[in-house]
Amino acid sequence: MRFVDEFRDAEKAHALAARIAALCEPGRQYKLMEVCGGHTHTIYKHGLEDYLPESITLVHGPGCPVCVIPMGRVDDAIHLASQPDVIMTSFGDMMRVPGSKGAFFDAKAAGTDIRMVYSPLDSLKIARRNPDKRVVFMAIGFETTAPSTAMTILRAAAEGIDNFSVFCNHVTIIPAIKAILDSPDLRLDGFIGPGHVSTVIGCRPYEFIARDYGKPVVVAGFEPLDILQSIYMLMLQLAQRRSVVENQYARVVPWDGNVVALKAIGETMALRPYFEWRGLGFISHSALRVRENYAAFDAELLFNVPGVQVADPKACQCGEVLKGVLKPWECKVFGTACTPETPIGTCMVSPEGACAAYYNYGRLRRQRVPEAAEASRS
Amino acid sequence: MTPGAAHGGTTQDSSERGAAANPAAAVKENELPAHAHGHAPTVSDPEQRVLDRIDRARRRRPRVREERITMSHGSGGKASQTLIEAVFLEAFRNPLLEPLDDAARMDVGASRLAFTTDSFVVSPLFFPGGNIGDLAVNGTVNDLSVAGATPLYLSAGFILEEGLPVADLTKIVSTMRAAAEQAAVHVITGDTKVVERGKADGCYINTAGVGVIEHDTTLGVAQARPGDAIIVSGPIGDHGVTIMLARGELDIEADVTSDTAALNGLVAGLLSAVHGVHAMRDATRGGVATILNEIARAADVGVVVAEKDIPVRAEVRGAAELLGIDPMYVACEGRLVAVVDNAAADAALTAIRAHPLGAQAGIIGYVTDGPAGIVQLKTAFGGTRIVDLLVGDPLPRIC
Repeated sequence: MRFVDEFRDAEKAHALAARIAALCEPGRQYKLMEVCGGHTHTIYKHGLEDYLPESITLVHGPGCPVCVIPMGRVDDAIHLASQPDVIMTSFGDMMRVPGSKGAFFDAKAAGTDIRMVYSPLDSLKIARRNPDKRVVFMAIGFETTAPSTAMTILRAAAEGIDNFSVFCNHVTIIPAIKAILDSPDLRLDGFIGPGHVSTVIGCRPYEFIARDYGKPVVVAGFEPLDILQSIYMLMLQLAQRRSVVENQYARVVPWDGNVVALKAIGETMALRPYFEWRGLGFISHSALRVRENYAAFDAELLFNVPGVQVADPKACQCGEVLKGVLKPWECKVFGTACTPETPIGTCMVSPEGACAAYYNYGRLRRQRVPEAAEASRS
Repeated sequence: MTPGAAHGGTTQDSSERGAAANPAAAVKENELPAHAHGHAPTVSDPEQRVLDRIDRARRRRPRVREERITMSHGSGGKASQTLIEAVFLEAFRNPLLEPLDDAARMDVGASRLAFTTDSFVVSPLFFPGGNIGDLAVNGTVNDLSVAGATPLYLSAGFILEEGLPVADLTKIVSTMRAAAEQAAVHVITGDTKVVERGKADGCYINTAGVGVIEHDTTLGVAQARPGDAIIVSGPIGDHGVTIMLARGELDIEADVTSDTAALNGLVAGLLSAVHGVHAMRDATRGGVATILNEIARAADVGVVVAEKDIPVRAEVRGAAELLGIDPMYVACEGRLVAVVDNAAADAALTAIRAHPLGAQAGIIGYVTDGPAGIVQLKTAFGGTRIVDLLVGDPLPRIC
């Protein structure tokens, strides 16, 4: 299939594996973080680690929109959904995210009107068709999905639709990366930068990572060869003792981002002073709310949102996994009490969560390709 | 499917710790064959210890934890399996039910019969390549066929929603007649109920079927042996993708049609041409991936398949890529998965390809002796990953 198979070419992967192996300095361990959950998913789905020598460890970062939603926000959303005449809508990934009293799936089974949509515009469509209902869109995601929420708010305002609102949970990626860089318990060598977020924010926001922290960043695409090539580019920078931001995903990511999308976000949303992240705690200026001019579309103002705070289950070590301190299988409850079927932590819910990806795809002994195996021995 | 209880599920946390310190004891405790872990686990390997612990957890007796039925219980994946084993099998347990195969097999007088039932709730009722009527006949015919039986008689039960156009019902029923004629079966009994508007979605159909088993082969996924070849009879995922697109919620158009078809002719051709067919399944809900997992679990073997050898139409692959779903989990309604003795694999492939429905059949992988219970995929990219049971419906990724 065109535009897919070219990026999954095993022959090219072997060639890259040989080059990556050649760049490994004997005795040195490398820890590279893929920030984005989409990358984590690709890495496991295609068995990409088979191409890497043992000395390179991929650390899975916080860029999974579902994984960072704290339990309290799920409880709030279910509370909203159970108000009279409310139709709650959200992306499919949200359906199984556990709150303290169950997930959307359970609330739906108990009679609450919760519907899965593929775009916030579909929520708007539902609002138009159900003028006697109040339709709420639970907005989640990083800068990748924020523009579509923003455009939906703008359209709702233009059309004067008064039964549609947004429960805004959009988060921003840079504060999370900074929190990880400032975390004392982690030593990373470089970052595989998020691809889709960067289509919106561009590559400049990462420059502080290279400049102030001396870590190379390569913004990467989502096909396995994209990621393998990005790893090669990071290893090359490390070998040459350089640290700059590079763009491997230039076919999609403009260096300065998407100005129109950024404008729409700026028009409709403003930074919150702080926001709670699952496992990472409160991070300042790390999330978006609906701006005052569009207060009529802000579910948090229209409804009485309890704003509950729920401590993560004690056994859950999602925070450590999101920061890359623990590998998924090192969590105490991984795969036994916490499985994709009965997730305790959010990392086990989304297919982009590190734990779900490892559980669904990675529970096996790695059979490294010869190029990588040889480097592992030396 | 082997009920999880057969593997014993009583491992407590304390004994788990003991087991972790002594992997040999863990194997003994769970009565697993020595090859179960594919390699000898070593105490110095913490990741392997965790994998072993997970393996034991997965073999515990399944329990329904939800307070209510959710859509996951109907997806054909893990939750469905848990529901069936924990609720239905617990209540009805008997030797004929216990194998949980597509059809039950029993001796009546001098005959060996196969008996099965299936309900159809597809939405929309009409879709490219067929309607609920084809599915209702072909689904039951196929369940009998893969049990090694020649399908003979069907029942048809209809639950109709007030307001359903009679023209629609007539169209569905005439399609059923045509499908029955095609499969050489007769609908010999039936039932009709009507419920108020809003209490059903147009038309639900239940069919049951009886067939006679003429070949003396012992079939069942538990019969899979290391070395066996795994054959699929054609491109996978056509039906599921067709339905997803026919719902019109995705604003994607593609030239795909359902693969709904009766497999009895193809199966009869295979069984008369080849000895050494160990198991057959028709890949419906949960797709081919679910069947491969059933094989691995029931026979306590490993399964290794190669992505590049799995036939998937470009249109289906494209739609699945866009939606972020894996064709391996997408339903088919006329695709056979056969587990065949290695020595008979080529002959079986030839026999399947000789039938029009099997023209694009291929060997997608092999049964191995371990790691037991695990399905591994050699990806087209050249890596390795697990193909697990599906949890919940396949949901598209959001970014």
